[in-house]
Amino acid sequence: MSAPMAVPLSWMLALSGVVFVIGLIGVLVRRNALVIFMSIELMLNAANLAFVAFARQLDSLDGQVFVFFVMTVAAAEVAIGLAIIVNVFRLRETVYVDEINLLKG
Amino acid sequence: MTLPLLWIIPALPLGAVALSLLLGDRLGRRGTAWLACGAVGASFAFAVRAALALAARPEEGRSITEVAYRWMQVGDFSANVAFLLDPLSAVMILVVTGVGFLIHVYSTGYMAHDPSFRRFFLYLNLFMFAMLTLVLADNLLLLFVGWEGVGLCSYLLIGFWYTKPSAAEAGKKAFIVNRIGDFGFLLGMLALVTWTGSLQYDALFSAAPQAFVAGGIAITVATLLLFLGATGKSAQIPLYTWLPDAMEGPTPVSALIHAATMVTAGVYMVARCHSLFQLAPISLEVVAVVGAATALFAATIGLAQNDIKRVLAYSTISQLGYMFMACGVGAFGAGIFHLMTHAFFKALLFLGAGSVIHALSDEQDLRRMGGLAKKLPWTHATMLVATIAIAGIPPFAGFFSKDEILHGAFASGHYGVWAVGLLGAILTAFYMFRLYVLAFRGGSRVSHEAEHHLHESPPSMIVPLFVLAILSLIGGWIGLPFQRGGHPFERWLEPVFGAGGAHGTMRPLSPMIEWLLIEVSVVAALLGIVFAFRAYLKDPSLATRLRERWPAVHRMLVHKYWVDEGLDALVVMPLYRASQRLWRFWDEKIVDGAVNGVGFLFEGFSVGLRLFQTGFVGTYALFLTLGAVALLLHFLRQ
Repeated sequence: MSAPMAVPLSWMLALSGVVFVIGLIGVLVRRNALVIFMSIELMLNAANLAFVAFARQLDSLDGQVFVFFVMTVAAAEVAIGLAIIVNVFRLRETVYVDEINLLKG
Repeated sequence: MTLPLLWIIPALPLGAVALSLLLGDRLGRRGTAWLACGAVGASFAFAVRAALALAARPEEGRSITEVAYRWMQVGDFSANVAFLLDPLSAVMILVVTGVGFLIHVYSTGYMAHDPSFRRFFLYLNLFMFAMLTLVLADNLLLLFVGWEGVGLCSYLLIGFWYTKPSAAEAGKKAFIVNRIGDFGFLLGMLALVTWTGSLQYDALFSAAPQAFVAGGIAITVATLLLFLGATGKSAQIPLYTWLPDAMEGPTPVSALIHAATMVTAGVYMVARCHSLFQLAPISLEVVAVVGAATALFAATIGLAQNDIKRVLAYSTISQLGYMFMACGVGAFGAGIFHLMTHAFFKALLFLGAGSVIHALSDEQDLRRMGGLAKKLPWTHATMLVATIAIAGIPPFAGFFSKDEILHGAFASGHYGVWAVGLLGAILTAFYMFRLYVLAFRGGSRVSHEAEHHLHESPPSMIVPLFVLAILSLIGGWIGLPFQRGGHPFERWLEPVFGAGGAHGTMRPLSPMIEWLLIEVSVVAALLGIVFAFRAYLKDPSLATRLRERWPAVHRMLVHKYWVDEGLDALVVMPLYRASQRLWRFWDEKIVDGAVNGVGFLFEGFSVGLRLFQTGFVGTYALFLTLGAVALLLHFLRQ
């Protein structure tokens, strides 16, 4: 098998950026809290991709280690976030964030 | 020897206050009465024990200091909550707790139907605590604490029936007038601290002769400032106007606070600081002249008052004038002696007046009394004793003390003061017997309604009257004149004031002159009495004729020389108007304007800022994103 073709760093970073912006737009425009949540995951993973790309490029493990941290935090965040969403749904019978607006001035 | 436990004497009434506050109305009327009287009675018992312990000591050792705790220590200056028992404070605590206890007992009867029974005894006990702190204090600062405490209680008790506007006004007046005096007192204390560095009696009095030039300006100013405090508390010219108004309070309060105890605090303070005053002869002269002037001035007003309590109030002012007169001429012992006998007979007079008022369903006007002697036999008998005592007829108490004051004035060469005092004595005898005749003798002028309810007071009121009557009779015998080396009361106070001759100003008089003085003062008193009987009983038209002969004089006396009106116009109204202007301009425009302006400012801000707080998660996320982008751009540009 021939040596794998090296994917240039710029491609990976571009992919990471595209995924991040998709996630960001999802967060900003979607109304369903669950979808917003998934969009946040998308953004986190875009960041992970950038980490890994740089780790490979610089031949350093630091970036890989950071990814594990990010994944751990993301998992914890999902656990709490989903619990909150479930509770909100029980209380308000909706997960649409524009209907959850008691905290306004 | 066991310590006499001085702290417990003021602590007991304070404990009763705390207990009464904690238990509230669960105590019930009976419980409240027992608690209040019990605490003061126990205080009295401890006071007697302390006085006996003191008397058992040799004369040089008759001064016991007890430090309860260290209060403050600032640089070289220190003040403790410390109590001093010496012959002077022993007399004071005995008078305060003894007369106080009787008045407490009396109050249980007098106030029996008052809805605020518990509050009354609460204040009364608080007063006892403050007064005992005042007289037992071993430094001027703690004395001042008690001084302010009794002032507060006086205010609370004058305005006890606060729904009555006149009572509330009188309370305020007493408090504010006293502030002026207290201001002087405070300045006087500051002057003393500045020059001597201490307010503790021993240190202060021993440092004073070195710190001050005798007769110098510094000590004169300091003592005059102290005396200003005394004129406020003890109702002397020029700060006496609050005391007659203070009669709005319940009668037992008038007896306890505004006759027997609190108003004598000024006399006590001057006597306590006698060694300071002796360094300032000018101050002493001022004290004597103010005292004599007040004694005469108040007595003349007393001639024409028709409210039974107001007559007694002016009489109190006048008698306090006698005490200051004694202090001013250097006869401090005589002043304290008169303080004690006055406490007996004036408390009795007020309580008797209270009994009359009680019997007549709250009638206080002498013109609607008369002929009460048969209806109220006990009240009448005890009142008569007190009236004779204050008029100065031997062997009743007032005679001995008043005679000693006049004797002191004469022996120290203050003949003018002596003459004024003698004139005051005639007037005293006259207006007191006028009161007696108008209330108890002659035909009844009692209104029909009051006549119907007329009744002698219950035993709880009569028994204290009786005890005080006995004291008014025999209380003076402790000071019989013509005894070698002074009478027992004088000898008892000697460790404090020094022997009678030590003042240097007192010349011993020959027995002949002494007898003559006594005869003159007795004749003066008899003159007043006979004239009162003539003018109000034998020949009532005489009083009317006198009134018609000198209408201007009569009007002047009835209106109390227009002092209140004058002060109103000269001091009160200008202050009031100025305050009102300040209120309208400074307070409403500037202060309120600033506060409200700040409020409006932030309200304006928040109206704008509130628009950002939509409550939608999306909006917040958008701001977050925009912020992140802005930060990113910022760093990229660098």
